[in-house]
Amino acid sequence: MADIKLISLTKTFGDITAVDSMNLEIKDKEFFILLGPTGAGKTTTLRLVAGLEKPDKGEVHLDKVCVNNLSPAVRDVAFVFQYYTLYPNYTVRQNLEFPLRSNLRKLSTSEIDKRVTEVSKVLHIEHLMDRETVNLSGGEMQRVAIGRAIVRTPKVFLMDEPLSNLDAKLREEMRAELARLHLDLGSTFFYVTHDQIEAMTMGDRVAVLNEGKILQIGTSDEIYNLPKDVFVAKFVGSPLINLFDATIDKDTLIIDRKAMVCNIFEKQCSLLKNYNKKNLILGIRPEDIEVSREKQKDNSFKSTVYFKQSMGVEDILNLKINSIIFKAIVSPKLQTKVGETFYANINIDRSHLFDTETNKRI
Amino acid sequence: MAEIVLKDIVKRFGDLVAVNNLSLNIKEKEFLVLLGPSGCGKTTTLRCISGLETPDEGKILIDGEDVTTRRASRRDIAFVFQLYALYPQLTAYGNIAFPLLTQRTDKKKIKEEVNKVAEILKIKHILNKKPKELSGGDMQKVALGRAIVRRPKAFLLDEPIGTLDAKFREEMRTELKKLHVDIGATTVYVTHDQVEAMSMGDSIAIMNLGVLQQVGTPYEIYTNPKNLFVANFIGSPGMNFINCKPERDSSGRLVLRILSINTHIQISDRIQKIILDKKEEEKELVLGVRPEDVVLSMKKEENYIETKVFVVETTGSYNIVNIKLGSDIIRVRTLPTVAPKVGETVYIGIDMKRISIFNKKDGNSIM
Repeated sequence: MADIKLISLTKTFGDITAVDSMNLEIKDKEFFILLGPTGAGKTTTLRLVAGLEKPDKGEVHLDKVCVNNLSPAVRDVAFVFQYYTLYPNYTVRQNLEFPLRSNLRKLSTSEIDKRVTEVSKVLHIEHLMDRETVNLSGGEMQRVAIGRAIVRTPKVFLMDEPLSNLDAKLREEMRAELARLHLDLGSTFFYVTHDQIEAMTMGDRVAVLNEGKILQIGTSDEIYNLPKDVFVAKFVGSPLINLFDATIDKDTLIIDRKAMVCNIFEKQCSLLKNYNKKNLILGIRPEDIEVSREKQKDNSFKSTVYFKQSMGVEDILNLKINSIIFKAIVSPKLQTKVGETFYANINIDRSHLFDTETNKRI
Repeated sequence: MAEIVLKDIVKRFGDLVAVNNLSLNIKEKEFLVLLGPSGCGKTTTLRCISGLETPDEGKILIDGEDVTTRRASRRDIAFVFQLYALYPQLTAYGNIAFPLLTQRTDKKKIKEEVNKVAEILKIKHILNKKPKELSGGDMQKVALGRAIVRRPKAFLLDEPIGTLDAKFREEMRTELKKLHVDIGATTVYVTHDQVEAMSMGDSIAIMNLGVLQQVGTPYEIYTNPKNLFVANFIGSPGMNFINCKPERDSSGRLVLRILSINTHIQISDRIQKIILDKKEEEKELVLGVRPEDVVLSMKKEENYIETKVFVVETTGSYNIVNIKLGSDIIRVRTLPTVAPKVGETVYIGIDMKRISIFNKKDGNSIM
């Protein structure tokens, strides 16, 4: 087991800087997730760690040793791809045995048997061992692919969107299975995804990546509750965070040309002194807007239901005040209807303010 | 705007029955979602409505008129595909104006109409760009614009946002729903994504293997699924299923024995009555309960089941506590502040007012 350290790692393809002087330290036994949209540089980063790409600048350290000049085969990392590449004419057992039969390892047959049996138990695939892989379902194939990575007991696991080809139900189940597998194995996982829910649910820590640059590293709790900039705030959380144009005028926050005027607390006033009259972006998550039929004491604004998205467990109301539309989450028990009037109560304590010019958190 | 009625539609491809005896009423101005896994017949149904396929049996009525054998071009319906088929050599403006040009509308009128559509879709700033200069989302908006500009009787959309990034898809869901609210046209929307179906549809029709399983509002389908297929397909995190069998406890009350752990739980008088009335007392049943209807407790309470925490998932706005019941994983949705440790002993209770019960053999709800 090992830690991973990236030191000002840079990789360009022609004019495109895929990874831009990235610094990252992944601890031993950590489940670390790199999250970002398509083209952010996630897969390139993973390939640099595996040794499948050579960096233009910077260093990759595994277990405190610089591995820049080591070939992928001797880096002792296991790579699980989005498209599970199994040997189709082999049985599950043969697929799992394959990496152990490598000349690099020199393992006895009984040792190989023992390891393969252990892995099959961990992944609940004992009953599939003698089947050919072409006869497996997608979820079973991905388990075997993961099994083939585990069986070698590598220093680190590199996983490139391993769940994205599975259907929604299976993906949900595999998320919990993978999180538990990580705990049981106690090894370092470096996992790449564009799906924020995977990142939030599985990772010990998450790094949000865009255009080759890391925007924020933190626990899922930190990323969700204290996003460092507008991009992170928007990328994490579903339904999307509400963003408004806002300005501060002494002890009030004016939202979108006075559609709403919020009172702010004293302690926030002092923090925001330097931003008086400046243009800001206000972010409020839909669950931080409470909806009531009666007007409440503070920061309660009359709005109408423009349309409603009924998710079963909750309703997402799209509320309208003047020309702005924003989302709030309510219980289906409230039985809201389109066109009805409600009060939107802004929980200013849970709001996020960003600088309009830099998009950074204030 | 139009009402669309499908009567006993059958469509075969060789030996395969793609659509099997489908009847559906789509009301004027309704947003109906056809939902199901790949191969369930949803796209074939849409193609029958559009006229790109002719059904082998049954009738299609648009505004009361039988259009079953009418050509696609004469049905006055707009079709938007998953892959935005834009003309690459034309600008966004040219693409949107195209259907009007073919109708020989005069130039001034075209400009007016295209601008109106661009206003609704908020794409005025990209009208002079060509498709290759646009992002996927903008291209799809242009494709929508081209459909809207004709003011057709109805819109048919086939997974129009299926190829976009997860995050962008979420934005587009709201945009499309808003668009429907603003222009109020009858819309039939095909998808395999239950979140899209729930968040956009006025009603949802769920299909499997060519057969319609259930039609209803998102809330009806979520709270009262007709069978195991629907219950399993709708909701995220998904519904928990627990295999069980009715039996009498020492006092003669009807209870449910949970097969995987061999304990029983008490059920309400109402549910006892349903099981007896439907003559399900001797049958194997499946208890279905949504993750938000399972209660987690750190101490033993009456009718709670003792289990251990398998793993905890955090999402920011809520947590999913996964526990094991025998070999089955049960998911419990909790507040973000509830985070028991892996391996810790916890007790779960089931909100009996909100359960579903299915016959295991045929999968149908007995409620």
